[in-house]
Amino acid sequence: MSPRITLATGLRVLQQIRHDPRTIALLLLVPALLLTLMKYVFESEPRVFQQIGAPLCGLFPFIVMFLVTSITMLRERTTGTLERLMTLPMSKLDLLLGYALAFGLLAAAQALVICLVGFGLLGLNAPHGVLIIVGLAVLNALLGMSLGLLVSAFANTEFQAVQFMPAFIFPQLLLCGLFVARDQMAPLLEAVSWVMPFTWAYDALARAVSPQPLSGRVAVDAAVVLAVTIGSLIFGAMTLRRRTA
Amino acid sequence: MTATPAISIRDLRVSRGGNLVLPDISVEIEKGSVTGLLGPSGCGKTTLMRSIVGVQIVAGGTVEVLGRPAGSSDLRNRVGYVTQAPSVYGDLSVGENLDYFARVVGVSPERVAETIETVGLSGFTGRLVSSLSGGQRARVSLASALLNKPDLLVLDEPTVGLDPLLRAELWKTFHELAESGTTLLVSSHVMDEAGACDHLILIRDGRLLRHTTPEALRRETGENDLGRAFLKVIESDEEAA
Repeated sequence: MSPRITLATGLRVLQQIRHDPRTIALLLLVPALLLTLMKYVFESEPRVFQQIGAPLCGLFPFIVMFLVTSITMLRERTTGTLERLMTLPMSKLDLLLGYALAFGLLAAAQALVICLVGFGLLGLNAPHGVLIIVGLAVLNALLGMSLGLLVSAFANTEFQAVQFMPAFIFPQLLLCGLFVARDQMAPLLEAVSWVMPFTWAYDALARAVSPQPLSGRVAVDAAVVLAVTIGSLIFGAMTLRRRTA
Repeated sequence: MTATPAISIRDLRVSRGGNLVLPDISVEIEKGSVTGLLGPSGCGKTTLMRSIVGVQIVAGGTVEVLGRPAGSSDLRNRVGYVTQAPSVYGDLSVGENLDYFARVVGVSPERVAETIETVGLSGFTGRLVSSLSGGQRARVSLASALLNKPDLLVLDEPTVGLDPLLRAELWKTFHELAESGTTLLVSSHVMDEAGACDHLILIRDGRLLRHTTPEALRRETGENDLGRAFLKVIESDEEAA
């Protein structure tokens, strides 16, 4: 592993994105616009907007980075650049951490914009400050990135990779407690929700936007998210093969 | 020859997708030469090259490169591989692509300008690779493999889609590299490039037909045209079988 190569890779990924201003605009603006739409959909029920909209500010980066990473990595595989990198003096971790660096920065920018709009303009409440939400958003984005990296190994085409989004993300979104409290779900579903990383990501955010005093549970949630991120990065590294059939 | 060969392949067996692409091939390539790897498309040229670079899962046999097992981590700075399809980032400029690969292999930024000149792309540094022609893209891919002056260069059909003038220039570059001590293995399915090689490896259906030189091939077959000479070798090979 070498910091030089990790940094170079992060810079390269950012340069690729810089050449694609439309993607940058979509990344930064779409979540904020969706949140605005939500505000007016729930105009008569501001409590629901706070309950769903506030945690969503920190969950959007997860969903977006999952998609962006799985497609970027798939492209790296199909265009042969991954194979070239694997013949160079570069460790797999250099590549993965380079991605983490670039997408982490991008996620931070995305989280800042959506939090500014949500908590600044749309009247959402952040009783414990916006910073903790931005921090959790970046953490969640890295989780999305590492899971996206992992599933990209199981997709041969972009069509497949895009399908992984509903297949992988939607069930987690439904079960995480955002729409229905988990203790009101069927026991089986509640049990399943415990092993889904999204549940922990949501739990941390729900606590960060609730008026009740912050407990150590937020740190536990964040630790679980971090552990799953590292775990799937390691699994992801194992799917990067120097030798292929 | 007393020096250790650049590449030494013994009883190599490779299957891809259930097909035995290379049933059993043994061949040695000496250092500091340009060897042409020739044969009809689908004959196993790419598979052989992938095995040499160490990205191919092999079923049996040994491949040694510069005295080390193919794919060893200490070979990664000494072996350059250019795939048939250009493996560079289409959404980066020529300069950004090479800057990135230069950082990865740890060479100075000056080398970037040098290699861009070597492949004849000066003036295109700021251009996005996706906006280049196929031949230009292939040269960006070639340039990224030249950056760290590897001891062995494995080039899979590097001149496909290039105009004759540029092809001649690249072959001149290949010979200059060989004179400075680099070993080159260059595949092609165009026989008119065979004459520019020091050595020829002819393969068909994954089997080694000949390891020879252009002159020896001409002498053996009595054909001056190397394309026809290759056909004659195939014919005599079929008669023998």
